[in-house]
Amino acid sequence: MSNGTSKKTDLNRRTALKGIGAGALLATGAMPGSLGFAQAQSSAPIRIGFQKHATGIGAAYGRWYDATTQAAVKRINDMGGINGRPVEIVVEDDGTDPKRGAEVLEKFANQHKVDVAFGTLFSHVVIGSAPRAGELKLPYFVVSEGHHVASGMLNRYTLQPGITDVKSQVQSMAPFVANNLGKKVTMIFPDFAFGHDHRDFFSAAIEAQGGEVVAKIAVPPAETSFTRYFPQIPRDTDVVYHVMVGPAVLTFVKELGEFFGPSRPEIFGFIDSLEAVDIQSPGLEFLEGTYFWEGNPRHAQENNSEFDTAYRAAVGVDARGASLDDPKDVSTYAHMFGCWETLNVIKAGMETADYQGPQDRAKLIGAVEAMTDLPHSLDHPQGAKLFNGKTHQVFGAQFISKVTDGTLKVEHTASIEDGMYEDEVDYTAQSF
Amino acid sequence: MEFGPHLMLASLEGAVIASVLVLTSMGLSIVFGVMRVVNVAHGEFYMLGAVLAWYVTSLLGGHPAVGFVAALVVAPLLVGLIAALSDRVILKHLKYDADRTIVATIGLLYIIQQTTLMTFGPDARPVEPPFNHRLALPWFEFGEGGFAMYWPWGLSTTSYKLFVIAAAAVVLVALWLLITRTKIGLIMRATQQDSETAQAFGIPVGRVYSMVFGLGAALAALGAVLVVPIQQAHYLMGADPLLLSFIVVIIGGLGSLPGTVVAALLIGMSDGIISVFFSPTLAKILATFLVAMVLVWRPQGLFGRSAT
Repeated sequence: MSNGTSKKTDLNRRTALKGIGAGALLATGAMPGSLGFAQAQSSAPIRIGFQKHATGIGAAYGRWYDATTQAAVKRINDMGGINGRPVEIVVEDDGTDPKRGAEVLEKFANQHKVDVAFGTLFSHVVIGSAPRAGELKLPYFVVSEGHHVASGMLNRYTLQPGITDVKSQVQSMAPFVANNLGKKVTMIFPDFAFGHDHRDFFSAAIEAQGGEVVAKIAVPPAETSFTRYFPQIPRDTDVVYHVMVGPAVLTFVKELGEFFGPSRPEIFGFIDSLEAVDIQSPGLEFLEGTYFWEGNPRHAQENNSEFDTAYRAAVGVDARGASLDDPKDVSTYAHMFGCWETLNVIKAGMETADYQGPQDRAKLIGAVEAMTDLPHSLDHPQGAKLFNGKTHQVFGAQFISKVTDGTLKVEHTASIEDGMYEDEVDYTAQSF
Repeated sequence: MEFGPHLMLASLEGAVIASVLVLTSMGLSIVFGVMRVVNVAHGEFYMLGAVLAWYVTSLLGGHPAVGFVAALVVAPLLVGLIAALSDRVILKHLKYDADRTIVATIGLLYIIQQTTLMTFGPDARPVEPPFNHRLALPWFEFGEGGFAMYWPWGLSTTSYKLFVIAAAAVVLVALWLLITRTKIGLIMRATQQDSETAQAFGIPVGRVYSMVFGLGAALAALGAVLVVPIQQAHYLMGADPLLLSFIVVIIGGLGSLPGTVVAALLIGMSDGIISVFFSPTLAKILATFLVAMVLVWRPQGLFGRSAT
């Protein structure tokens, strides 16, 4: 493509270069336009950006969130996709790092041209990324458990329709802890937003039950050695409440057992402390008879629902929550259902909004905000849920399991109502 | 927890930290002492030791002791070889220039870390200890009934942790014998004092450098193999020991081996005790503050000789 208006005699190196420059400009200038046109075609795939904790302290979750996401997308595509278009997942590693998280969203919006972003777990990454999602006007569906969505800290573009938040979880756990285990609780939690949610909301919830938190022990999330923290546990503690994340969770629980030896108090943990870890690992024998919160029971129960059984098979997980290929490879079963359910919410939202392309993003958010009851089904295998469009947060049942002969047996199921609390924000009042 | 048992628990935790720290810092110190190379990749050799220990034990199966003993031999050896090779391939060609070796070892750090990430993966892997018994420890008090012994809640250690302390002491003695009583040690010391003269007397300085770099890395790997049944192997685990080793080596005096031992005990014990009584963050703050003070008031370190 040379400069056609130039006379032959004028065609020197400089004009030739100009011509090439103009050609290049045309080429790059034309590209986004033609791409946008292609996207408007009904056959082009719907692109969902998956912000994955592939490396860093969230890697174990990232791997299983990925497996669940791929399985959910395969099911959606087998059923004909969304609005007749196939779904395509674009994976980017955020290194479990808030700064990188925001960059990944930028990449999704400007480079990969995704329709929505999805899949973040760690609360500091969500808090670091969500403002950018708001600026980019990119719907951002998180699977994080943090209370930051429902607290009003984030924005209209950030939603959490697939997993309950910590405030709701601990509120529904507190009555069981106070009535069955004891009133004086020592809390051990990771020292970042997610752990602070536990600290603040559980303290309030247990006080409402007539109990008290006698000590709050914060542990840096990158810690590798824990015995040094345990002497802060007061002697009159009835219940140790633990929740830990990161690569060293097995060490944490093991050292907790070594510290107490044969004379342990009651122990109530969030399964986060043992996600992706086999509960029958050497050194964990002391957990027999202790209790765990589970978002979704890892070990298939006697009255297992057909939906959970089908979901396990689709993701490739056996009745003990481990990979079908390698029984030592234990999944993050209590959390990863959130990816499956969130993708089904995105699908339902896009279908209601008749989503065609990025110009319909506001319509999509409006459609999700209008959702309320999400019945127990293969779309929502963990159980029935209630979505609150104002706070962008979903509510669901919670499970308390007791370790019995090395198996997590559900002892108590907290209902959706147990976890409800008053709205703290109305995102629908914010403009798009 | 009462003060007495609390202090005892803190000291035990500190002693475990200190004994692993002695080994890794000795590696860093020997490399600097003999080669004048600041090895920024030292923490990654430590990490590599832990990861290899996991690999060896998971490969062998059977009783955990079999895998552990094999790891104790194989991991330091392999890491030492990798280090010696990188000395041959990289550092030698930089002529051991102080600034350029720092940049080169930073590069090495990322190469090792990212290669581990790509092959071993991002997950933390446990290694089963060869033996592990909880040992409850007694405490004494003068109560109404006079002198009495009792078993405080939580005051305990494990047999494996005591083994780590003993093993580190044995390795340290062996290292001291190697340096002071053998011909290899003599050659190393000669090279340290004056490498040009040593070369003039027929000492193959190049080979000594490779060996020393390998030995330094092997010591880090050995420390990691000892610690990995307590912690877990993870591709990012090299950062902490690197920082602490640098702190130790600077406080002890760069290249001074007795200084390194004393400083490692000081930092390890104080890290254990301060982090039990106050917070681990405060322990790190104080250690870093101590480094700053040493650099201002005694730049050659507590035991270092001032530059002449």
